[in-house]
Amino acid sequence: MEKNKVIINCKVLIIGGSAGSLEVLMKVFPRLSAIKSFAIVIVLHRKSSEDTLLEELFALKTEIPVKEVEDKTPLKPGFIYIAPSDYHLLFEKNGLLSLDISEKINYSRPSIDVSFESAAEVYGESLVGILLSGANADGTDGLIAIKNAGGKIIVQKPETSKMSFMPQNAILNTSPDYILEEEEIFELISKINSI
Amino acid sequence: MIEDREIEVLINDVFEYYGLDFSGYSQASFKRRVIRLIQLDGFKNFQEFLYRVKSEPEYFKRMVEEITVNVTEMFRDPLFYKVLREEILPQLGTKPFIRFWHAGCSTGEEVFSMAILLKEANLLHKSLIYATDINGLVLEVAKKGIFPLQMMKQYSENYMASGGQKDFSHYYTANYGLAKFEEDLLEKMVFSQHNLISDTSFNEFDLILCRNVLIYFDKDLQERALNLFDDSLAKLGYLALGTKETIKFSQLKSRFLQVEKEKIWKKIK
Repeated sequence: MEKNKVIINCKVLIIGGSAGSLEVLMKVFPRLSAIKSFAIVIVLHRKSSEDTLLEELFALKTEIPVKEVEDKTPLKPGFIYIAPSDYHLLFEKNGLLSLDISEKINYSRPSIDVSFESAAEVYGESLVGILLSGANADGTDGLIAIKNAGGKIIVQKPETSKMSFMPQNAILNTSPDYILEEEEIFELISKINSI
Repeated sequence: MIEDREIEVLINDVFEYYGLDFSGYSQASFKRRVIRLIQLDGFKNFQEFLYRVKSEPEYFKRMVEEITVNVTEMFRDPLFYKVLREEILPQLGTKPFIRFWHAGCSTGEEVFSMAILLKEANLLHKSLIYATDINGLVLEVAKKGIFPLQMMKQYSENYMASGGQKDFSHYYTANYGLAKFEEDLLEKMVFSQHNLISDTSFNEFDLILCRNVLIYFDKDLQERALNLFDDSLAKLGYLALGTKETIKFSQLKSRFLQVEKEKIWKKIK
């Protein structure tokens, strides 16, 4: 990672991933200390039965409090929000989160593209999107939307991803601000808004 | 790319031309559905789409069908049905007559799930199940009780996870890729078009189910729909919402008591 590259003016950090991305998050999140100035939203592909387990897992593993996402939950800085399984997660202009059970996108619900695109529209330049490991093309269109809206986009280095297809596809079709390994992703998140 | 201003124009024009009010819809979802439809039907731009909506009532119907989401399944969220089966229905079963309302029933999968639960609890004969939706087309599907056969494996698993003891396949007859459900399940169902935004209460119910419908409404409209449900519920009646829906952001929450951790609330006032 280039030195002194610190992301500022971030209101929302949104992280998407599929197969192989939970392991990355489980290494990164236990090391993060409290965040004050932005919210973290996590959109992972998973089975519906794992729903509350994932929230509980994050709650156990990190100091940052996890808020349960229900329809029209207000998005506030300082918290982690996890997209519930079997719903698309959308962002409203009035700062609320909405849910949607319409058809799957890229064989997925939640779809990373849907949440990234929706967040890009509301948060524009103050959005940071990270796409992790996965074996599906979901996320690429979403990163393009974030970039077009002026936000920052980061992709996990495919060589170090358990499943390289998802980050590789994103790199082929977008121009990420950074392509990072796990350790660098941790450093980047821990320095967000730190100037 | 569509501007918010254009969405406003669409909503105003639809109201002016057809009297249907989408202004209380959750903005993020509504806009996404419109963009999807414009792409799906190959319009060059928003103006072309808007013109077609205004000039062709048949196309307007298609728009309503595509914008209102109709994703549903039988025994969706099996644990919810398990609680109905084990806790709610035994209580309602003490009444001489039980009225149910599926608000926003779509193609009826949850209505048939309820009829199966009632039949197994030996309550169907003294029940009446009202099933309503804004979209007349989905009601036509629901009334037939015919669903794709390929879904039955999933539905059968859901049914068993909800505590069902029987062989699920005895509730339907399979034919040419379709599963036709038994006629006696339909006997206590009444289907009718109803708009949660503009129509009023039409009966008093013991259990109202409105699952994954309110997520498409903004908070004001949610409040209005919840008031409509409150007006339509008997005292000590139950309101059931989707697994990620809640009344905790509503003024009404003090009038209801949540049943443990389930998305089921009992009307106590």
